[in-house]
Amino acid sequence: MKLRKILHITYVILLLVFALAQTRTASAQNPTPSDDEVNRIAHQLYCPVCENTPLDVCPTEACRQWRDLIRQQLTQGKTEDQIKQYFVEQYGARVLAEPPRTGLNWLVYVLPPLLILAGAIFLLRAMQAWTKPAQASAKITPALSEGGSSKNEEPKDEYIVRLEEELKKRK
Amino acid sequence: MLAEIGYGILVVAFFVALYSVGAAVYGERTKSASLVESARRAMLLIWPLITLSAGTLIYLLITNHFEVSFVYEVTSREMPTYLKVTAWWGGQAGSLVFWSWLMSAFAALVTLRKWDRDREFLPWVIVVTSLTTAFFLGLVVFYENPFARYWQTVDGQIITSMLAPLNTVAFFPSDGRGLNPLLRHPGMIIHPPMLYLGFVSFVIPYAFAMAALITGRTDDRWIRLTRRWTLWAWLFLSFGLVLGSRWAYDVLGWGGFWGWDPVEIAALMPWLTGTAFLHSVMIQEKRGLLKQWNMILIILTYALVIFGTFLTRSGVLSSVHAFAQSAIGPAFFVFIGVTFVSSIALLIYRWPELRGETELNSLLSREALFLLNNLLFISVLVVCFWGVIFPLISELVTGQKVTVGPPFYDRATAPLFATLMLLMGVAPLSAWGHSTVKTLGRALWKSTLVALFVTTIIFFTYTKNAIALIGFFLVALVLLVTFQEFWRASRARMKAQNENFITALLTLISRNRRRYGGYIIHVSMMLMAVGILGINIFQIQTQGTLPVNGSVKLGDYTVKYESIAQFNGPDNRQVTRAVVGVYDRNGSYLGELHPRIDYYPDAQQNMTIPGERATLQDDLYVLLVDWQPASANGATFKVFVNPLVNWLWIGAFVFLFGILVAAWPEREAEYVPERSRRAHQTSAAD
Repeated sequence: MKLRKILHITYVILLLVFALAQTRTASAQNPTPSDDEVNRIAHQLYCPVCENTPLDVCPTEACRQWRDLIRQQLTQGKTEDQIKQYFVEQYGARVLAEPPRTGLNWLVYVLPPLLILAGAIFLLRAMQAWTKPAQASAKITPALSEGGSSKNEEPKDEYIVRLEEELKKRK
Repeated sequence: MLAEIGYGILVVAFFVALYSVGAAVYGERTKSASLVESARRAMLLIWPLITLSAGTLIYLLITNHFEVSFVYEVTSREMPTYLKVTAWWGGQAGSLVFWSWLMSAFAALVTLRKWDRDREFLPWVIVVTSLTTAFFLGLVVFYENPFARYWQTVDGQIITSMLAPLNTVAFFPSDGRGLNPLLRHPGMIIHPPMLYLGFVSFVIPYAFAMAALITGRTDDRWIRLTRRWTLWAWLFLSFGLVLGSRWAYDVLGWGGFWGWDPVEIAALMPWLTGTAFLHSVMIQEKRGLLKQWNMILIILTYALVIFGTFLTRSGVLSSVHAFAQSAIGPAFFVFIGVTFVSSIALLIYRWPELRGETELNSLLSREALFLLNNLLFISVLVVCFWGVIFPLISELVTGQKVTVGPPFYDRATAPLFATLMLLMGVAPLSAWGHSTVKTLGRALWKSTLVALFVTTIIFFTYTKNAIALIGFFLVALVLLVTFQEFWRASRARMKAQNENFITALLTLISRNRRRYGGYIIHVSMMLMAVGILGINIFQIQTQGTLPVNGSVKLGDYTVKYESIAQFNGPDNRQVTRAVVGVYDRNGSYLGELHPRIDYYPDAQQNMTIPGERATLQDDLYVLLVDWQPASANGATFKVFVNPLVNWLWIGAFVFLFGILVAAWPEREAEYVPERSRRAHQTSAAD
């Protein structure tokens, strides 16, 4: 009798513990996501209807519903990437803050660095081309190129040539 | 009746503009001074004409003439009068009139200057400015008429048209739709005029550049003539950008000031080329280099001014198809294409005459560093242009819409801006013509050491974020170098002239205003950089629903929800205003903030206005996101702490000061030495 009672109590306690443990694990899986968690994901998504507005700040009713959708999906235990993927499937790549790195979209990432590099190389070449004659003339007439900081001190013959040109233009 | 008069005057102005173009060209070709003079007077006439027409439009706006479709769309009975006036540039058609009005004002100003010395430029300056004015007037006259009215047919259809279509009667709506609430903010009232002023005033240097190309007078006269115009243009454009940012910060309610929105970038792009131009013209003036490049820059700036207006006005940003449907999109496209191609053609034609007069002596000379500066500005432009254009290309080619958002721009432009900052630190110390690693190093090492020391202190006391530390190091370096420049030059004056420091500093600045104004602008840029680094790197935020007397903690602040109230505000708003108490880390009370939601029934739109508490250290920025009217015991708040952001606005004021120092008109006498030098050269040749 006593043993049965003990067993019974143990059973009830076990059940309770088990139930508690279960609610614990359940709540670990589905915590109610905070606004901050929702906003963190919403911030990376762009409103599918308004132009260039991140979802976390968009004031429209539609966006409020989309934020609720994010909350629901977080509650269901979906990861950030899964939620983003869901939105891309539903509304297209435009909901992402940047074009996905596929196909034609590579252009957006590749072209600017290439152009800037080309510009830098061009500039370097041009500067070298400009510098060379100066260095060459520096060897011949070092005294003249030394004070090349103002137009007035250029080699004399060039000075007169330019003057002649300007006079011609004036007439 | 009034609508007809307003429209009629616009049509007249359009034809006057075309006449001035024609008369200028014909007068120049036939060497008829009187015809050119007639063209000049015609150009002078455009501004009063548009002013009259705009006055009519404003009268219609103020007096609730809702039968005019533009008035119906941007005003309502309840709007206060000053907002009805500013509604002028609150809609498409009106803003195009506004653009033309400002353009014609600048055209008029330019005609009134003394031309005796530069007669040969006059006809071509008239052609370019009048053609630009005529283009915008043409858009208004043919496509976006602000005076078009509503007409009702017998079967009840409403038609928008200037003149009464057959079998219709005028239709008078009882009230208008009202101005977009986003545009009812003081920032939005001044921001577009500033931006437009910047846009149109860049047309003037471009006009002179084209005149120089056409006449073949390709020395740097056109640059000297337009130096001040360019500075003022840059001032307006810069301030338009700053005001726009402040407006976004105060009104858009997302805790930031710059979102890399295509509309923002549209205004930034001409600023980038304009800034590059401001720097590189100095190389042409001092060293006779880069004549071709300066032409390219001013052509680009002009093209980007028109392109920016096109982007924001044609609807192309929302969709390529909206562009195709809008009447003015293709017109813009053609105009940009024609002006750009013909400018480039002219440039190619004059290319050999625009060769540099001297050579580059050293890769570390100031002109070489200026070239690098130009490369960087153009690189930022490439990133911006491509980021704005790519979604359109993607939509055209694949039909897929994509967003190119802040992560892309931040990543791509941050290193470019950092390098620009480094240049700002190094370039003022390099000499024109000649600099070596040794001379530069000698000038730079002290500032570098101190900047490193400052950065170390910041490392131990404020942040360990690498990007922030690099940023702060560069800020410190530039500030130190700039102050050192002021100090060194004033000291030299103190010794030579036996002046005290203040007098020495002031005379120094007034003697070389462009240079020292420029340095003040560099300082202001660094202050702004502190604000930008602060908000971009250290911003924190949280959101939560609070019961009355509930509180939320963020950073060093505690925000406590105290009460909420609803009432009717001016301008027919329904205001829902929360009162929140702010406490610091120790629980001391700092004051209260009033975040609110304004509901505009006429536009059926909400505005979320933040409560802000600004200190030098940070901004506490509280938004009322939502509230429950039934129980009235819960409200959702979004709270931001934006560290250092106020340095951005302080920097803006320093910037204004610096640019005024550089651009304030000088007496004409200052030009005499330049001219006498020319005269001297001439007599020497004789």
